[in-house]
Amino acid sequence: MMSGSAAFSEAANAGGFLLVLAVSLPTAGMLLSVLGARLAARAAPILMLAGLGVAIAIAIEVWRAEQPLVYFVGGWVPPLGLALRADGLSAAMLATTAIVVCATGLYGRAAFRVPAGVSETRAPLVFWVLLMAVWAALNLVFLGDDLFNLYVALELLTFAAVPLVCLDGRAETLAAALRYLLFALLGSVLYLLGVGLLYGGYGTLDIVLLSGVVRPEPIAFATLGLMTAGLLAKTALFPLHLWLPPAHAGAPPAASAVLSGLVVKASFFLVVRLWFDVMPGLLNLVAAQVLSTLGAGAILVGSVLALRQARLKLLIAYSTIAQIGYLFLMFPLAGASSAQFGSNVALTGGMLQAVSHAFAKAAMFMSAGLIAEALGHDRITELRGVGQMLPVTVFAFGAAALSLVGLPPSGGFVAKWLLLTAAMTAGQWWWALVMLLGGLLAGGYMLRVLAPVLTDASEPLMPRVPILRSRELVVLALALCSMLLGILPLRPFGLLQIGRPPTSEARSR
Amino acid sequence: MTLALALEIFLAMLILASAIWTITARGTFAAVVGFVTYGLLLTLVWMSLSSVDIALTEAAIGSGVTGILLLGATARLEVTEKCTAARSDTPLHVVAAIVCALVTIGLAAVVLALPVPAPTLAAAAVANMPAVGLGNPVAAVLLAYRALDTLLESAVLPLALIGVWSLASDQVWGGRPGFQQQLDREGLLVFLARLLTPFGLLTGIYIVWVGADAPGGKFQGGTILAAMWILTMMAGITDCPPIGRLWLRIVLITGPIVFLAIGLAGFVVPGTFLAYPAGLAKPLILIIEAALTPSIAASLGLLLAGPPERMPEG
Amino acid sequence: MSAATLFGWCGAALVGLGLYGLITHPHPLRKILAFNLIGSGVFLLFGVVARRGAAAGMGGDPVPQALVITGIVVAFSATALAIALLLRIFRQTGQATVSSESKHPPERSADS
Repeated sequence: MMSGSAAFSEAANAGGFLLVLAVSLPTAGMLLSVLGARLAARAAPILMLAGLGVAIAIAIEVWRAEQPLVYFVGGWVPPLGLALRADGLSAAMLATTAIVVCATGLYGRAAFRVPAGVSETRAPLVFWVLLMAVWAALNLVFLGDDLFNLYVALELLTFAAVPLVCLDGRAETLAAALRYLLFALLGSVLYLLGVGLLYGGYGTLDIVLLSGVVRPEPIAFATLGLMTAGLLAKTALFPLHLWLPPAHAGAPPAASAVLSGLVVKASFFLVVRLWFDVMPGLLNLVAAQVLSTLGAGAILVGSVLALRQARLKLLIAYSTIAQIGYLFLMFPLAGASSAQFGSNVALTGGMLQAVSHAFAKAAMFMSAGLIAEALGHDRITELRGVGQMLPVTVFAFGAAALSLVGLPPSGGFVAKWLLLTAAMTAGQWWWALVMLLGGLLAGGYMLRVLAPVLTDASEPLMPRVPILRSRELVVLALALCSMLLGILPLRPFGLLQIGRPPTSEARSR
Repeated sequence: MTLALALEIFLAMLILASAIWTITARGTFAAVVGFVTYGLLLTLVWMSLSSVDIALTEAAIGSGVTGILLLGATARLEVTEKCTAARSDTPLHVVAAIVCALVTIGLAAVVLALPVPAPTLAAAAVANMPAVGLGNPVAAVLLAYRALDTLLESAVLPLALIGVWSLASDQVWGGRPGFQQQLDREGLLVFLARLLTPFGLLTGIYIVWVGADAPGGKFQGGTILAAMWILTMMAGITDCPPIGRLWLRIVLITGPIVFLAIGLAGFVVPGTFLAYPAGLAKPLILIIEAALTPSIAASLGLLLAGPPERMPEG
Repeated sequence: MSAATLFGWCGAALVGLGLYGLITHPHPLRKILAFNLIGSGVFLLFGVVARRGAAAGMGGDPVPQALVITGIVVAFSATALAIALLLRIFRQTGQATVSSESKHPPERSADS
C-alpha cells in the first residue's frame, strides 16, 4: 500500500487486535464513566477484568511468538501511518499496569462510594474517570510506536494524574498539583520540541523506522538531550524531583499507589525506548554516566531525606525518588558498548526493578492509607501498636519493604542483584557501592517505620473507622506479587529480551 | 532581498517584540494583551508558511479562547499582583538568561543543520488522498492516516474538563459553572450577542463542513460555536447548564464514542481498526466530524466556564 | 535566508524567551503565559519543518501541520486546567503561588 512498507521490516501479525483492545477498552471505560458515578462504579469491575485479560493475553502471545506484536492502525503503514507495537518490555509493563490498576480499583471502591440517596458526588466520579484515563494513557505509552502518539499519551497521562493529586481539595495538595502540572508541562513541551526536530531531520516519527536512519549527528544529539531532559522532569529524577513528595504524599492513597507505582514509570519507559530503540548507536559512555550519576544522586538524596521524614506518606514518597534512581543505573551497564551478556543482565535488572517497585510501592501506599484511616494520622513516632491492630496490612507493608530494601525473597532483591552483577562485570564497581549504600539507607528508613509499628502499645488500639478485610487482602495480594517475582526462575525474564534491537556488535557484522 | 522576505522579517520582529513585551511587562493584564497580539501576529506567520489550517486554529484556539481564559484569570487574580511582584533575584535572572540564550543559539544552529533536501511525507499524503476521498490533505492526515491521534485528542478534551470540574467544592457539585450574569436588555453585550450569534453559528458550521476539502475542520469550527455559546452566556441570554445533567454528559462523550465505535467497526468490514471501507471513507469521516463538533464545542465552552460554583435553583 | 530559516530562528528565540519567563516569574499566571509562549515557539518550529517539506504541488508537508493542530488543542486544555487550579488555590488561600511555603496554609490575616 505504501512506499514505506518496504522499510518497515516487521509485518503486522494476528493478535495485533489485542493491542487495539488494550488501548480502546480503558478509553471507552473513561468516556462511559463520564456519564455518571454509579454507572462508572458498576462498569469498573467488568472493564478491569477485561483489561487484565487482554494484558495477560498480550504477554502470552508475545512469549509464544518470540517476536513483537505489531499493528498498523487504519491499515496505514509508517511513516505515513501509526503503528502499535508490543515487545517484551511492553508486555511486562502492560501486565504490571493491569494488575496494579485492578488492585487500585478494588481498594478504592470502598473509599469512593456514592452515598445512598444522592445521584452523584464529586470524588467517586472523578476517581473512576481518572483511573480509567490513567490506564488508557499508560497502555498507549507502552504500546505506541510513534513518537507524537506517545506525546499525546503523555499529555493524557498528565491530565489524568494531576487532578488525582488534589482530589481531597486541601490547599497543600492544590499547590502540589499545580507544581506537578507545571513540571509535567515543561517536560512535555521539551519532548515535543525534540519530536519536531526529529521529524525535520529524518522525515518519520516511527520508532522502528527511526532506529534505521538516525546517525550520530548534531540533530540527533540535540533531540536526544531535549527529549531526555523533558522526560526526566516527568520521572522526577534528581535534581528535578522537588514536585514529587508533596504531590504523591498529598494524594489519596489509591491515587498515590498509581502515581508512584506506574505514572512515573511511563516517562522512564520512554527514556528506555529513546536510548535503546530509537537511537541505540548514539549511546556513548559519557551521556550514560551522566544519567546514572543523577540516578546515584537520587538514591542517596532520596534515602537520606526519607530518613528525616516525620510523616509516613512523605517517607514513602521520598523512597520513590530513591528507587527511581536505581532505574537509571542500568544505562551505562546495558548500553550497546557493554558486553552482550552484561547488557542483557542490566536491562533485565532495570526493568525488574521498575515492575517490582510498582507492586511494592503501590502496596506500601495502600497500607499506609489503611493505617492513616485507622489512626486518623500518619505520624511515624505515634505508630506503636498498629501491628496488633492491622496485622494483615502490616505484613503486606513489611513484604513490600523487603523489595524496596533489596532483601530476598522479593523482586527488588533479584533486580538489585542483577544490577550489582552487571556493574561488577562491566568493571564499574562504583555503582555497586552506591547500590549497597542505598540498600543500607533503605533498611534504615524502613526500620524507622517497622520498629514502632511492630511494637505492642500499652493498650490495644482500636481503629477509628472499621477497615474492610477485603481491602487488606488486596494490599496483601499486591505485596505478594512483588515477593513472587523474587522466587520465579530466571527463564520467564527472557520475555524482556523479545524484540530488542541487535547490539552494535551484531549490527556492525 | 525581495519584498516578501522584507515583510516577513518585519513580521518576525513584531512577533519577537510582542513576545518580549509579554515576558517583561510589569502588570499581568499588559502581558496578556501582549500575548493576544502575539497570537494574532502569529496567525499571519502561519499564513506566510502556507499553513492555513493552523492559522485558523491559532486564531481560534491559540489566541482566541486562550486569551479569554487568561483575561478572565487576570481579572480575578488582580489582588495577588502586588504580593508576588517579581523580586529582584538578580543571580537567578542572570543564570536563567544565560541558559535560555544558550538554548536559543543551540536551537538556531539545529535549524540551520536541518537536512537539505528536507525529508517529507507530502508526496505520500497526496498520493493516498483519492483512496480517502478528501480534498484537504491536513484533514486526511488527521482523520485517516493518523486517526488514532485525533481519537485520543477528542478524548483529552472531556478528560481535561473532568479535571477542571474536580476542583469544585463538594457542596456545589452538579451545579452551574460561572457567576450568573445579569441580563441588561439595553446593553452592548446583549446587542452583540444577538447580532453575532446567528452569523457565528453559520460560520462555525460552514468551517466544519468545508474542512474536508479546504482549510477548516471541526476544531476550528467547534471553537467558533463554543465562542458564540460563551457570548450568549456572558450577555446573560442563556445560563450555563448544570454539570450534573445527563444530556450534557452525553453531548460531551458522543463525539469520541462515535469515533471509537466507527473505528472498532473497522475490524468488521475492512478488517483493521480505524480503517474505512472503500468508497465509504468520506461519508464516515463526515459523520465523525458531525458527531465530534458538538462535543468539541461543548468541551471548549465548558473549559472556559470553569468548575461549578453555584447550585441550580430548585 | 529563506522564510523557513527566518521563522525557525524566530521559533528558537520564542522558546528561549518563554523558558526565561517560566524560570524567573514567581507569579504562576505569568508562568502559564510563558509556557504558552514556549509551546507556540515549538509549534512554529514544526511549521518551519512543514514548510521545508513542500512537495507534490503543496505548500507544505501536511503531517507536521496536522501535529500542530493537535498540539494547539492539547496546549489549550493544559492552560485551562492550570488556570482552573490556580483560581481554586486563590479562592482557598487568598494567594497565588506555587512556592514551597504554600505547603502550610498561610494565615488569612497576613499581607494582602
